[in-house]
Amino acid sequence: MSDHTATTAPVARVVATPAALGCIDRLVAERGPIMFFQSGGCCDGSLPMCFDKGELVVSDQDVLLGRVGGCPFYIDARQYEVWRHTQLILDVGAGAPEGFSLPASEDEHFIIRSRLLSDAVTGWTTTQGR
Amino acid sequence: MTLTLEPTPVETAPVKGPTAYAAPGQPGSLVSLNPRYDNFIGGRWVAPVSGQYMTNVSPVTGKPFCEVAKSTAADVELALDAAHAAKVAWGETSLADRAAVLNRIADALEANLEMLAVAESWENGKPVRETLGADLPLAIDHFRYFAGATRSLEGRTTEIDKDTVAYHFHEPLGVVGQIIPFNFPLLMAAWKIAPALAAGNCTVLKPASPTPWSILKLAEVIADVVPPGVINIVTGPGGEIGKALASSPRIAKIGFTGETTTGRLIMQYAAQNLIPSTVELGGKSPNIFFADVMAADDDFLDKAIEGLVLYAFNKGEVCTCPSRALIQESIYDKFMARCLERIRLIKQGNPLDPTTMLGPQVSIQQLEKISSYVDIGLQEGAECLIGGKRTPIDGEFADGYYYEPTVLKGHNKMRVFQEEIFGPVLAVTTFKDEAEAVEIANDSLYGLGAGVWTRDGSRAYRMGRALKAGRVWTNCYHLYPAGAAFGGYKISGVGRENHQMMLEHYSQTKNLLVSYSPKALGFF
Repeated sequence: MSDHTATTAPVARVVATPAALGCIDRLVAERGPIMFFQSGGCCDGSLPMCFDKGELVVSDQDVLLGRVGGCPFYIDARQYEVWRHTQLILDVGAGAPEGFSLPASEDEHFIIRSRLLSDAVTGWTTTQGR
Repeated sequence: MTLTLEPTPVETAPVKGPTAYAAPGQPGSLVSLNPRYDNFIGGRWVAPVSGQYMTNVSPVTGKPFCEVAKSTAADVELALDAAHAAKVAWGETSLADRAAVLNRIADALEANLEMLAVAESWENGKPVRETLGADLPLAIDHFRYFAGATRSLEGRTTEIDKDTVAYHFHEPLGVVGQIIPFNFPLLMAAWKIAPALAAGNCTVLKPASPTPWSILKLAEVIADVVPPGVINIVTGPGGEIGKALASSPRIAKIGFTGETTTGRLIMQYAAQNLIPSTVELGGKSPNIFFADVMAADDDFLDKAIEGLVLYAFNKGEVCTCPSRALIQESIYDKFMARCLERIRLIKQGNPLDPTTMLGPQVSIQQLEKISSYVDIGLQEGAECLIGGKRTPIDGEFADGYYYEPTVLKGHNKMRVFQEEIFGPVLAVTTFKDEAEAVEIANDSLYGLGAGVWTRDGSRAYRMGRALKAGRVWTNCYHLYPAGAAFGGYKISGVGRENHQMMLEHYSQTKNLLVSYSPKALGFF
């Protein structure tokens, strides 16, 4: 797993809002390095999960989408295939996380908003996907 | 009792036609409400070690209505202590006595059915007609099913040769950890607890963060019929106590229902402790309607239309929500028009009103997620046929988490067709023929449920076998009777629930290999 794939990309496949970046900075200051993993499935699936770095073992079947606030953001390769025509925007929503994710702040959780990428960009991500 | 979603129990419920049940704690309510609830450990109510509590919000009003323990790893340890203290006696309890306890749990739930139905509706937001007619009757039957299954538990013996016999016994695993979701708080508790207890195990259960209270109400009514320590319930944040429980070396198995990343974490923790796990992780279930459903305008067509509209059952917060409708193109216009007509009749609002069909989403978090999905669906070019926004509701429910029943028309590559939205949002598309229906239906990372609607029995069978899903409802949907195995293909999970095969999953196999021969082997 290379940590360098997406950082030099012309279009970032994951970006973060100022609110999310603020929460990341505070979390890192409090706990040390953290990581994100885009979830799927039941309940609070489809939300980004935030963990202490290394809590979830990533594999060669995971794609490093990019970095947000210096922290790696991964997605399962199979899910990436389905999502790669969209850019993910990490943001913060009201309420504590409902699953195993770390909270963004005392009563907030991380969320994903999405933006459609143009065909030209997704063409790029197709060839540079890993 | 009904095991279908027929509305009969609602109509025969002792209380009120159009009158709503009073909210828990309000004058005239069936449900008593304390300001604060502790953990249920060792048959007693135990305050969290940290002394901290968290607010529990009703999605009906968006307002807090009680507090529950904000537990830490220390409370999980207390629960594990209690479970381990109880495990030997419970594991040695005779099958007849174990079954009797499960039946007494069922009786206690039945005696409090209406109260628990109202409690769950208030906490989760699901319409009380569903909790009265489905969640509670199914939960009660689940305990009775496993009470019966326990009595049929038999070991096997094999005569290896005339002097050597292999005896096989089921032995309990001991203490298991179970983590359940918010969408069916009581029924998922029953699905997890009943087989674990039936097989002779003690459990430490973590309810979902948005819905901890109705299970504590359940604990209140069964506290006197279950031996202390056999069932322990600890409430709190998943990231803290979920992890503490799932990664504990003091559990012998972990059962989980939820999303995929936590599913991975659960399996990772289980691997690190070398224990088994069962994970159910959701789906994106196709519901397939062949042209012949419209061959006549009869009861069957009416049932098929309801079958499509069942995407709004429990506000779409169902792992098996039929959230992708695949309609044969020759009937699309006419069939969809009939379905939209039915969707427009959905009555949304206070879930404690027995005529309400669609309540609020469970939390603001879920509401926001649904909105963001509809947004990306529209960006991807989906056409919104109905709904597509929060439901404006006045008065005391104005701050509740209501979302309109929504239908998006598009194609299967869109994210709204590929990811579980967990809301009342249907993604609909068309297919030309049977082969294309199979191709589209199976073009998904998930494989939990599927529905097939046709008057042609041979086609129904072919489709059922061709679909890569753990359950294929055929000319029905959203039935969850005990005795029908439930679980996923592909990334929808590993393991099955809801069937007596669970007794194997919650047991060890003990083999006694006995020689009745007096003769030495002759090697030494």
